[in-house]
Amino acid sequence: MSRRLGWIAGLVALAALVALPFLADKFYVQLFTKILIMAIFAMSLDLLIGYTGLVSFGHAAFYGVAAYTLALVTPQYEAASMWTSLLLSMGVAALLAFLIGLLVLRTSGIYFIMVTLAFAQMVYFVFHDTKLAGGSDGIFIYVRPVLEVFGWKPFDLEQFRDLYFVVLGCAVGVFLLLRMMLGSLFGRVIAGVRVNEHRMRSLGYPTFRYKLVCFTLAGAIAGLAGWLSAVQFGVVNPDFLAWHLSGSVIMMVILGGMGTLVGPMIGAAAMMLAEIGFQEVTEHWQLLMGGFIVLVALLLPKGLLGLLAPKPEGKGAARG
Amino acid sequence: MSLGTFLVQLLNSVQYGLLLFLVASGLTLIFGIMGVINIAHGAFYMIGAYLAWSLAGQLGSFWLALPLGIALSVILGLALEWLLINKLYDRDHLYQVLLTYGLILVFEELRAILWGNDVHGVPIPEQLKASIPLTENLSYPVYRLFISGVCLAVAGLMYWVIQKTRLGMIVRAGASNRDMVQSLGIDIGFVYRVVFAVGVALAAFAGMIAAPVSSVFPGMGGQVLIICFVVVVIGGVGSVKGALVAALLIGLIDTFGKVIELDIAGFNVLPELSGMSVYLLMAAVLLWRPQGIFGARP
Repeated sequence: MSRRLGWIAGLVALAALVALPFLADKFYVQLFTKILIMAIFAMSLDLLIGYTGLVSFGHAAFYGVAAYTLALVTPQYEAASMWTSLLLSMGVAALLAFLIGLLVLRTSGIYFIMVTLAFAQMVYFVFHDTKLAGGSDGIFIYVRPVLEVFGWKPFDLEQFRDLYFVVLGCAVGVFLLLRMMLGSLFGRVIAGVRVNEHRMRSLGYPTFRYKLVCFTLAGAIAGLAGWLSAVQFGVVNPDFLAWHLSGSVIMMVILGGMGTLVGPMIGAAAMMLAEIGFQEVTEHWQLLMGGFIVLVALLLPKGLLGLLAPKPEGKGAARG
Repeated sequence: MSLGTFLVQLLNSVQYGLLLFLVASGLTLIFGIMGVINIAHGAFYMIGAYLAWSLAGQLGSFWLALPLGIALSVILGLALEWLLINKLYDRDHLYQVLLTYGLILVFEELRAILWGNDVHGVPIPEQLKASIPLTENLSYPVYRLFISGVCLAVAGLMYWVIQKTRLGMIVRAGASNRDMVQSLGIDIGFVYRVVFAVGVALAAFAGMIAAPVSSVFPGMGGQVLIICFVVVVIGGVGSVKGALVAALLIGLIDTFGKVIELDIAGFNVLPELSGMSVYLLMAAVLLWRPQGIFGARP
């Protein structure tokens, strides 16, 4: 697919997404809100898997921690401020990513996969086993956060359409931010780290710091997705931190095509639509989903985008 | 803590550690020799436990269920390697994670269809129901000693096969240079298939003998998988010796972490957080030796 065709396709898709709430009914608007939140989440993981070559199996930790942060700072029957809670949520997620990153980035390859999963699971147990935040039942957010600029409220997150547009705006913002970043010198360096870290280090780049920045940023963006998700569902429970979520989001990245940013968004949509489709067929839909994942792993290493552009650009994650 | 309680907890921690070792050794064997990360390893443990429950119920004997369950899990392992895993040897770990993650979903759902979502118990076999008295009012169940003994026997057997036999020699050679072994006229594809099946059988066997002491429940695979990862990371990927040391260490820390913190019950947050202790140990090892205690420097 040529570059220009790609831009046109992207603009058409964006136009369709903007038009959606005016045409479709509530169910679809809410479904696409979910899809866009997952798209943000998947893009943040793509920064690690596709661009930096870090296969994190614990990405749900940052998503979940941000969601829990919102739930904990929201007063019982009042609204939290959107800016404060969002900054806090993303800040906590980034801080956790920074701390975990300091430890896990000392390892690579298969260790990295196992260690990220183990630390994410530790976070899961903290929320699941202690009474810190409602234990295994989770906590409800009765009133959604409010954005107020000198008494003016541009949108109301209680309204599903307003929420949809906020989420869409966030998705577009994250996409543009990551694109800009990856197109800069920074993006070149982390691509170098992915392909040959030793060489980058001998060229004088502090590769550990670059990886740590990526890990922290990916955690913060995952935190944005978690915050939005908590706003949408109005309840946060340990499922937000579960390793099944980390597994699903890896699947989204690969299904769409890693190292492309657009791919993970397509993957998020495809995965969630597939889930709904499988649920229509049978109550044992996990069986079909599992089989689907196995087939994608075997047959579609470049993802759906890879079908469009058969010529590989060498964007696979580095081995080991 | 009295001496009696201490002794009971010590035996418990050794038993738990050895059981962990049994599961983790399969994981580390598959990675060390084949270079495959197998996320579905916990699912095989779960399958083993459910096989023990279902077969023992139908055959009326735990001792008949055991060999039959092992045979079934070996067949499962051979079939999986033949159908799926052998396609992944040259691929990035990412795809191995993804494929085996898909397998977890498949196995969990098959388990729900075949055996339901209930929690089950497996009775301790009649011959091992006794307890050995330690003090006047404390005694230790024979079955737990049996688990420890079996795990030690399996560990010894594995050591002997890998270090002292011709098959072990081929396996070790295959781990360091697959193509060379192949060109010496050895069917390394078949050797890998057997190694994978043995790994699956080790996990399933651990699930089977653990079933009478821990109940049989849907989430058991995930739990054991994560702890096994911690074991492998602490011990060093691919090192069976490391897995043994790390598993025993985790057994001690986990068991005594719970007991000691119950003693100072004034701080009632601590027992809840005792589950964290093993992760803190992992963090410490990562700071000290990122490649694990017995891991080779990468």
